[in-house]
Amino acid sequence: MSDVLAPFLDAIEKADSATSLSDAVQDLADAGLVESIPHLIEALSYNNPGAAVAAVNGLVTLGTPAVSPLLEQLDLNNYTARAWAIRALASIGDPRGLLTLLGAATADISMSVRRAAARGLGNMQWPQFPPQLLEIAQTEALEALLFVAQQDEEWIVRYAAVVGLEALALATQAGSGLRRSQIQQQLAGMTHEEASVSVKARVWQAQQYLKEAIPQAEASRQVEQSSLTSTDWEQILARLYNRKLKERTVLSAGDPQHYRELLSVGTLQEP
Amino acid sequence: MSDLPDIRDEGQLTIETAIANLQGEDLGLRVYAAWWLGRFRVNTDSAIQVLIAALLDEDDRTEAGGYPLRRNAARALGKLADRQAVAPLIQVLSCTDFYVREAAAKALESLGDPAAIPQLLGLLRGEIAGTLPALEPPQLEQPFDALIEALGTLAAVDAIPDIQPFLDHAVPRVQYATARALYQLTPEPEVARQYGDQLIAALSNQDLQLRRTVLADLGAIGYLPAAEAIAETLAENSLKLIALKGLLERELAGTPGPDLSAGAKRVMALMDALL
Repeated sequence: MSDVLAPFLDAIEKADSATSLSDAVQDLADAGLVESIPHLIEALSYNNPGAAVAAVNGLVTLGTPAVSPLLEQLDLNNYTARAWAIRALASIGDPRGLLTLLGAATADISMSVRRAAARGLGNMQWPQFPPQLLEIAQTEALEALLFVAQQDEEWIVRYAAVVGLEALALATQAGSGLRRSQIQQQLAGMTHEEASVSVKARVWQAQQYLKEAIPQAEASRQVEQSSLTSTDWEQILARLYNRKLKERTVLSAGDPQHYRELLSVGTLQEP
Repeated sequence: MSDLPDIRDEGQLTIETAIANLQGEDLGLRVYAAWWLGRFRVNTDSAIQVLIAALLDEDDRTEAGGYPLRRNAARALGKLADRQAVAPLIQVLSCTDFYVREAAAKALESLGDPAAIPQLLGLLRGEIAGTLPALEPPQLEQPFDALIEALGTLAAVDAIPDIQPFLDHAVPRVQYATARALYQLTPEPEVARQYGDQLIAALSNQDLQLRRTVLADLGAIGYLPAAEAIAETLAENSLKLIALKGLLERELAGTPGPDLSAGAKRVMALMDALL
């Protein structure tokens, strides 16, 4: 393993300028090796934006195998590195990242972290969620995004929440019109109440986009659903999670058990 | 009182204690109070008056002869948008302390009063006697970048011939401030564009700190053709987003919505990808 990585790590070690360091990380990312994941994550804390961009892109391309290491190596002491890592998790959209993104969007002290997480909450790989958990997961994401859009004091975080809400409105499944109308209500309110003209512009853009895109998304989704219902495994999963869902109704939203269910989705999905 | 923002601060400073501290004996508390009043946008008349008085403070001196309290008072007054501060700030543009002059020039830029133009121009021309250079290298004689940026923002078109030579200044940050001001001051769009393009070229500077400066300059002038180059600059996404916000707001000033210009949509698409 280290044989394959050795030349890349050597180049990173020997880099003597910001540019050569960033180039060396780019080469490591371009190699697309699963073994490089911990090293790419380490590159997020070099305090070198070029290296960080290269590392994030590399991690996002590697996708699923990068998720656990990213969650484990999340740097609580370095907010710049944490923002890049959250950005990678947000772009991958793996369900295992949901809990982290929910916490980061609503409570992280760094606005770059909250910003990246808010965008990520709209960008989850929703089709990977089994149907019953999808409902819970999207409701949680919606609540967090509404909170951020209304309460965050930084314009860029509210801007990211609008982007997240737009994506969530499109992803939201047929039959959950309630969530979609909550999003549209929030956007309508922001056209009056939002203080930043830039955020307001993004709200107008989202309203316009949703008006055009929702009917199309609706049409394409119906085709997808009909092919899905014919599969046996989905019914089995549905029964399995239906049971879990009933357990959930007795737990309050703040109960850790409630989140543990969401987290278990990713593990179950892995082959 | 009721129209002031809800102020929460761990130091438990209140508006009254901050104003009292600013007039008190403790030099540390005074310099902090001046910063605090600006930070929390306390624009009551009594706050403005004590800050203006602090511009002429003689008690708080550094070993090198600097005036830390005057610097903070000038910075605070720049944030409080009260025209009463214009004349006193013009007066301290001739202070011996380089950093007081720099803070005063920036404050006058944000107060936006063209009355400051003659004195800013006087400093730029080296006509004001008794000023000391900056302490740190390259020990500039005057805060040229702050003076030039202020003249640009204050639309001092008559200053163009005095500003122009600074395009070749040895210090890159001064060159960029000059390109930024000339962009704002030049009436012919095709001529102005060359200054904007000069800033775009500067985004690929090897020095990260300079790239950050240029991002701020492009955001300040809202130069739309720079949008893609800003998005691709090797710098923190936060700074690129702030620069793009400057471009977006310039577009929105022309087309205020809810229908958005193609330029505004283009900038937002780039911003979305940087979140």
